Amino acid sequence: MDFLPDKPIYQQLIDRIIGDIIRGSLMPGEKLPSVRDYAVQAGVNANTMQRVYKELEQMEITETKRGQGSFVTEDIRKISRLRDEMKEQLIASFIQNSNALGFTTAEMVDYLTKRGAKND
Amino acid sequence: MIELKQVSKKYGRRKALHEIDLIIPQGKIIGLVGENGSGKTTMLKLTAGLLTPDSGKALYGGASITRKIASEIAYMPDTDLFYPYFTVEQLFEFYDSQFEDFDLIKAEEIAQFLRVGLDSKMKDLSKGNRGRVKIAVTLGREASYYLLDEPFSGLDPMVRDDIAKILIRFTDTQRQTIFMSTHELKEVEPLLDEIVVLREGQMIAHEAVDEIRDKHGKDATSWMVSLFRKGS
Repeated sequence: MDFLPDKPIYQQLIDRIIGDIIRGSLMPGEKLPSVRDYAVQAGVNANTMQRVYKELEQMEITETKRGQGSFVTEDIRKISRLRDEMKEQLIASFIQNSNALGFTTAEMVDYLTKRGAKND
Repeated sequence: MIELKQVSKKYGRRKALHEIDLIIPQGKIIGLVGENGSGKTTMLKLTAGLLTPDSGKALYGGASITRKIASEIAYMPDTDLFYPYFTVEQLFEFYDSQFEDFDLIKAEEIAQFLRVGLDSKMKDLSKGNRGRVKIAVTLGREASYYLLDEPFSGLDPMVRDDIAKILIRFTDTQRQTIFMSTHELKEVEPLLDEIVVLREGQMIAHEAVDEIRDKHGKDATSWMVSLFRKGS
């Protein structure tokens, strides 16, 4: 896996797993690979992967079942909250970037509607 | 825990290492970087008990490191020292007879993971496969510390990737430490917890990789370049 230079690797792995959950390539209740397997697959230190799993658990995105491993939460509300948070992050930086260049939000919304129609 | 306290080493009049203070804890993967001739191999050999410091102390669990420590520390040199007519299997058996902590089954498992045939003779193996066998016999030992001198050097990307995978799969970062010199910092960074930087025999930095990215907002390679710019 490739990593961006300006962000800790464990943080990028957390983002990646959250992305997989939002996208639905990791389903609610699905078992994650073991720390070691995932570390080998991603080409990172097992300590780094251990930290990723610990932080995901603290964020209540995953649950560890004793002796069985880590699972994506089955709580759909948490996942939909995660989705909303990600949307908010994307939009916040979009608005900030647009405003920095002098585009008004209304102007951008208008264009986004037109532009989006082409993509859908 | 391995500890270097004010360690200096000279070859003739040339200072190879100068007043190094370093703690190498258990359960980490630590990269040792620096230009050619900066003292990396000397540091590894001192840590392995293959060299003794001119002044200062090299300690393992509080006691001076001597050659006897070989039972706790597995050292992998950057040269090939294999008897060419040995097959891979015979080499493993030789290691098994020499090192009490050698685990034949683990070594064979690693060889299998790396797709190296046990019947091949060392002299018939490609450079890449000799690199694979070298890492297999080193990690075949159940040591507390693995000191690896340039495990990736001169090998093609496929082999480097294999070796990285082996290091992750077949060591237990709860209790084992890998301390390895490398020139391939960009590639190796995701494997590392910490980085030690040597320059002309001096240790100019020792940092956690996450800290480097968090504090300086750059990856280890750019961080190292900026260290060297600052210093010159």
